Amino acid sequence: MSQQLASSDSTTREKREKLVEVRDLKTYYGDSGMFGGPPVKAVDGVSFNVFRGETLGLVGESGCGKTTLGRTLLQLEDATGGEVRYDGTDITELNSDQLYEWRRNAQMVFQDPDSSLNDRMTVGEIIREPLDVYEWETPADRRDRVRELLETVGLRPEHYFRYPHQFSGGQRQRIGIARTLALEPDFMVLDEPVSALDVSVQAEIINLLEDLQEEFGLTYLFIAHDLSVVRHICDRVAVMYLGNIMEIGPTEELFTDPANPYTHSLLSAIPAPDPTDTAERITLHGTPPNPRYPPSGCPFNTRCPARIRPPEYEHLDDEVWQGINTLRDVLLERKRADRSIRERIRERLGRQTRFATVEETYDELFGGLQIPANAESSIEQIVEHASNNDEEAALDVLTEEFGSICESEKPEYHTVSETGRKSFCHRHDGEHRQPSQVLEERY
Amino acid sequence: MSMETVGQDSDTDETPLIDVRNLQTAFFTEKETIRAVDGVSMDIDSGETVGVVGESGSGKSVTARSIMGLVEAPGKVLEGSSIRFHQLETVRDYADRFSGHTVDLTELRGEHDPQELLGRIQTEVTAETFGRERRDEITLTDILAAGFGDEMGITDEDDCVFVTERNGDSPQDITAGFIEVTRLDGERQRQMRGGRIGMVFQDPLTSLNPVFTVGNQIKEALNLHRDLSGEEATREAVELLEAVGIPDAGRRVNEYPHQFSGGMRQRAVIAMALACEPELLICDEPTTALDVTIQAQILELLAQIQEERDIGIMFITHDMGVIAEVSDKVNVMYAGEVIEQADVYSLFENPKHPYTRGLLRSIPGTQSGERLETIEGNVPTPTESASDCRFAPRCPEAFDACEVVHPSHVEVGEEGDDHTAACLLYPEEMPETRRVNVHREATSDDRRGDSA
Ligand code: SF4
Ligand code: SF4
Repeated sequence: MSQQLASSDSTTREKREKLVEVRDLKTYYGDSGMFGGPPVKAVDGVSFNVFRGETLGLVGESGCGKTTLGRTLLQLEDATGGEVRYDGTDITELNSDQLYEWRRNAQMVFQDPDSSLNDRMTVGEIIREPLDVYEWETPADRRDRVRELLETVGLRPEHYFRYPHQFSGGQRQRIGIARTLALEPDFMVLDEPVSALDVSVQAEIINLLEDLQEEFGLTYLFIAHDLSVVRHICDRVAVMYLGNIMEIGPTEELFTDPANPYTHSLLSAIPAPDPTDTAERITLHGTPPNPRYPPSGCPFNTRCPARIRPPEYEHLDDEVWQGINTLRDVLLERKRADRSIRERIRERLGRQTRFATVEETYDELFGGLQIPANAESSIEQIVEHASNNDEEAALDVLTEEFGSICESEKPEYHTVSETGRKSFCHRHDGEHRQPSQVLEERY
Repeated sequence: MSMETVGQDSDTDETPLIDVRNLQTAFFTEKETIRAVDGVSMDIDSGETVGVVGESGSGKSVTARSIMGLVEAPGKVLEGSSIRFHQLETVRDYADRFSGHTVDLTELRGEHDPQELLGRIQTEVTAETFGRERRDEITLTDILAAGFGDEMGITDEDDCVFVTERNGDSPQDITAGFIEVTRLDGERQRQMRGGRIGMVFQDPLTSLNPVFTVGNQIKEALNLHRDLSGEEATREAVELLEAVGIPDAGRRVNEYPHQFSGGMRQRAVIAMALACEPELLICDEPTTALDVTIQAQILELLAQIQEERDIGIMFITHDMGVIAEVSDKVNVMYAGEVIEQADVYSLFENPKHPYTRGLLRSIPGTQSGERLETIEGNVPTPTESASDCRFAPRCPEAFDACEVVHPSHVEVGEEGDDHTAACLLYPEEMPETRRVNVHREATSDDRRGDSA
């Protein structure tokens, strides 16, 4: 599946040289026995290429794994599985000496210039540090190099002896960029490099990054949550959700004609700087699930506005569906809460009478709605289990009755355009209607 | 909402819910005085959302904190500032409970002549100080609300209820008036902040106490502002959580803030603010720390609450997209001043101030590949009162006069548009010298003030 995703990536882009090849990469946290429980699956099997000289955007909400993925590509985090081939070498296999040498090629720019710059060092020392560490040329050469770098990023040579706190946020980000450029890397991971900056300053840094890319032939992985910035600077974009890439392809195409339901939702949520914009908004319900307990099947299924419904319920009222979805959230939430020790103690002390509130929730969700008999009896069953504090059983009935392939099977990557754009969704399998059709109808 | 009345001395020409006039908030440090908010005027009606947009250092958050009485030493709201809360019911209630802090202007008007009082004011004042265009428009109310009555022995420092119209002697007979928010203190402040004026900050954790359950915190607010307790308060707390879209509220009311996700916490804070049934909600970057899909939920919630409860909302953000979505009217702030004010459509369609234009153009737009426009330089920290245009060092259209004349707000839109900008390029149809004179004159009655 991941092989297939990566290979068609390259057939459409044959002319271009792959700089980074990522295959089925996984980064899990905390799977030591300490706390018991399953690991956090921050990155859960992603595959893609980064081509030399391009800017690949990595977008998604907090907790989707984009930062972890960026850090894993630079081996600042250990991969749990999979490969990261950089110019053909799998860097997840390098020993520490080899990694040290390799890191000259690949650098990271962080979101918060403040915390990444040591305030006790002068700007010159900060930028020179990597040169010193790698014993680059002679000390005199290093000083010259720093002056040159200051100029490259739009600072002045006399800034050499100043301290970071004497600079504005935008200038501090320039210092950070100068430092990453010191060893002439080929590949840079930019983690939210402009998110902490004001719009007008942000624009300057974006322009600078574009100039540098052109001048030095840099390859960028640009991690951001601000989609308008991404649209401006990136050649291609990967949209992440809960450790998975949901869609990946050329930027303009992905923005104007998104294929995956999650991309649709994300784009629709951004308020346009245009008060006359009346586009119907898709408002997602709930929050992304805890990556420690991702849902089975498609990672987006708990919030997906285009989720495939079982045929017998295809025409169930949207409000009833909303009620069912919320009920599921509540049950999942309770199941999760169950795991907390505090909760268990409180329960034992009898301070939590959860019995009544399930019924309240039921009234809140379905009160006044017309529910067809077959659905109603299932919902009642669910509520009954929930009242007995058996969320597990309640969820089983819910999935059995109202679930579909979205819950039972992980989707595959489907090619959705001639450029080789990929979307991770069952709706492209030819047996279901396309996401855009469904969303049009439901919203 | 208060009734629209025409006062004998035009005190009450129009009555919005809250009327901010010439707000000045400064921070006094050993080295310098930072004029974080420097002469801001705006008003908000019930049921209306007024956006305040600006970059960091623009003074937008200090404006909000000034309205909420949250400015702490070394900061201070300066004399001459006036924030009038006009909601009639509240005015009657305050006049009733705090009669010792009530000033009856219907009586005082017979005793004092505003023009004569103006001459006795020690500091330099102009028509602009009172948010007026001409000196002879300044009323007794303006002078007293701005705090100048204290030094002349007409008002006491802790007077805060101003009655401008009444039909009889009882508080219920008051037909117009306001509470001067800048003069609130102690219990009167507590009743206003978190009672009549609710607030939602960027970080919900600043409003939530980690050691109490969400329910207990809402109940505390209910107890303080609505006198509810016990069962009744619990039921209301659950209802409020439901109203802000927290599912399974009956259970979650017993949970602690850390058990809520970021978006849910912000909902809980909104529920807490609503517990007091406020007339005005001040939202300071309430969605900035949230993901876009969660932001969309919160914006939807705020719109729904506003519609149901007809509250006025002041919405502060740096995000032009959010401003476009939520606002009816917009104030653009720069270096402590509002530099452009318009309804949301005119502002985005027809931005007039060079700063607003630059700001809109520097947003990475819908077109890709092109170079982004930038505004060179940084937002300055205002330390002196302005004798120039504070944007001049960065303005692509600056000319000589911009460095010596402080622009005042002039009409820049169609007749009756209420679209104003503080820039020497306007009024557009006038030649440069006359234009500049219009602005010079607006501030020049300083001198007349001295000789009066
Ligand atoms: S597979 Fe199902 S749940 Fe996942 S994105 Fe597609 S329609 Fe939605
Ligand atoms: S007054 Fe002058 S400097 Fe200020 S915005 Fe207008 S043109 Fe620019």
